[in-house]
Amino acid sequence: MSTRLRVNPIACEGHGLCAELLPELIRLDDWGYPIIEEAEVPDELLDLAYRAVDTCPTLALVLDEDNLDRG
Amino acid sequence: MTESRPRVARTGSRPGHAGLPRLLAGLHSSGQVLSALDHERVHGPLPALRGGELIEMVQRSGLRGRGGADFPVGRKLRTVAAMGGSSRGGVSAVVVNGSETEPASSKDRLLFTALPHLVLDGALLAAYAVGAREVIVNVNESAEGSLRVLEGAIADRGDSRVPIRVVTGPDGYVAGEESAVIHRLNGGRPLPTFVPPRPFQRGYRGRPTLINNAETLAQIALIARFGDQWFRELGTSADPGSVLVTISGAVATPGVYELEFGTPIQDLLAAAGGLTERVQALLIGGYFGTWVEYSRAAQVRLARTDLRAMGATLGSGVVIALRASACGLTESARVVRYLAGESSGQCGPCVHGLAGISALFDALAGGTASERERLTLERWIAEVRGRGACHHPDGVARFAQSALQIFEEDVQEHRLGRCMARRVGVPVGAPSGSSAS
Repeated sequence: MSTRLRVNPIACEGHGLCAELLPELIRLDDWGYPIIEEAEVPDELLDLAYRAVDTCPTLALVLDEDNLDRG
Repeated sequence: MTESRPRVARTGSRPGHAGLPRLLAGLHSSGQVLSALDHERVHGPLPALRGGELIEMVQRSGLRGRGGADFPVGRKLRTVAAMGGSSRGGVSAVVVNGSETEPASSKDRLLFTALPHLVLDGALLAAYAVGAREVIVNVNESAEGSLRVLEGAIADRGDSRVPIRVVTGPDGYVAGEESAVIHRLNGGRPLPTFVPPRPFQRGYRGRPTLINNAETLAQIALIARFGDQWFRELGTSADPGSVLVTISGAVATPGVYELEFGTPIQDLLAAAGGLTERVQALLIGGYFGTWVEYSRAAQVRLARTDLRAMGATLGSGVVIALRASACGLTESARVVRYLAGESSGQCGPCVHGLAGISALFDALAGGTASERERLTLERWIAEVRGRGACHHPDGVARFAQSALQIFEEDVQEHRLGRCMARRVGVPVGAPSGSSAS
């Protein structure tokens, strides 16, 4: 089973905490909004990824477990 | 109103119209609406199909959505029917997405104002097939003619097993995006939503919903009557059937034309009366589309494979011929500015990214952009892709990227303070000419 990162761009306000916690997978664009460089979260980064999701002030960072709600 | 019958011979309900026109059979040269009675004379009565039969026919026909996404329609029907079957409330509605927000397209308006029964037939057949409770036709606020004709047509055809109603939505470019249409029907603002869930999963009233482009449903109305084999008599095996294309720019008679897939692009332009002057490029697919050099485009056919080889798709069926006497770079900068202004303002990457892209594009067209700014522009175009809730930024990125490629020489000329433009080439923000056949 794989876990993938996704940003809800409507909710995101560009606080940038996700990129601080997960620079391996997320960087910021010139306006401070996250660019997901690698959506697939490797096992060793899962804890950090969940922390990033919890830390996002607007709850804009989403972790999808595969086969769920992807259409 | 005077009685005028379409001059189309009645061919019987099968095997259907031979050759073209199909959708546009029965179109009055005046653009006057085809009444329910005349519609039936031209195409025959609405067939009664057993449950599942329509979906199978549409699947076998190979019909793809005509709204721009090219999705196989049969598969969509089957998915919605299955979603409805497994959810408590069933399928809430078939929504006809007639919010023709692409400025260079006029096919929806032509169908609604002249041939409304074809679209309504298709919507009803789809509603019966997926078990929807109602049909909702969504048209632009500004399309008053469409609204009036549709309401008249619904009254004209009498009761159907499933009720039909027309609603109007705002004109903005992004308001026609399907999640925005559904959001508005649900009482929200006409803005795209974060998907998934998509409308087929959770749409109108939170229940599975089928939403299709008007032409797609009109095609279903004919497939139901004449069959999937008949449908495949025109077109190629990969792209069966006919398609409505709005052709504008430097052609003698701009308008909506029904063409067979596989038609050489040269013949497509000839159908619109031919070129009025020398043309440098075609914009294929509308403002979310792709510029292609005329010399290349003239070699290929109207087919997904041919277009894809040039990085293009037909989108919602738009072709604009850019005269050689216009400046592609300046025109593109105007289109990018227009599209940046059409962002619904919800997503940071779209709001800031498109504004930034537009500003640098303007600088490029103005001849003031440095090489470094040019590289920044290319990076921003690449970065904005896939980062909106809807595909607005992706469409702008595709358009801008192709403009940079095709008009590369102009970029150099503008840097030297030279611009070849003598005339305006592309209408921006204003719907193009009227209909023809």
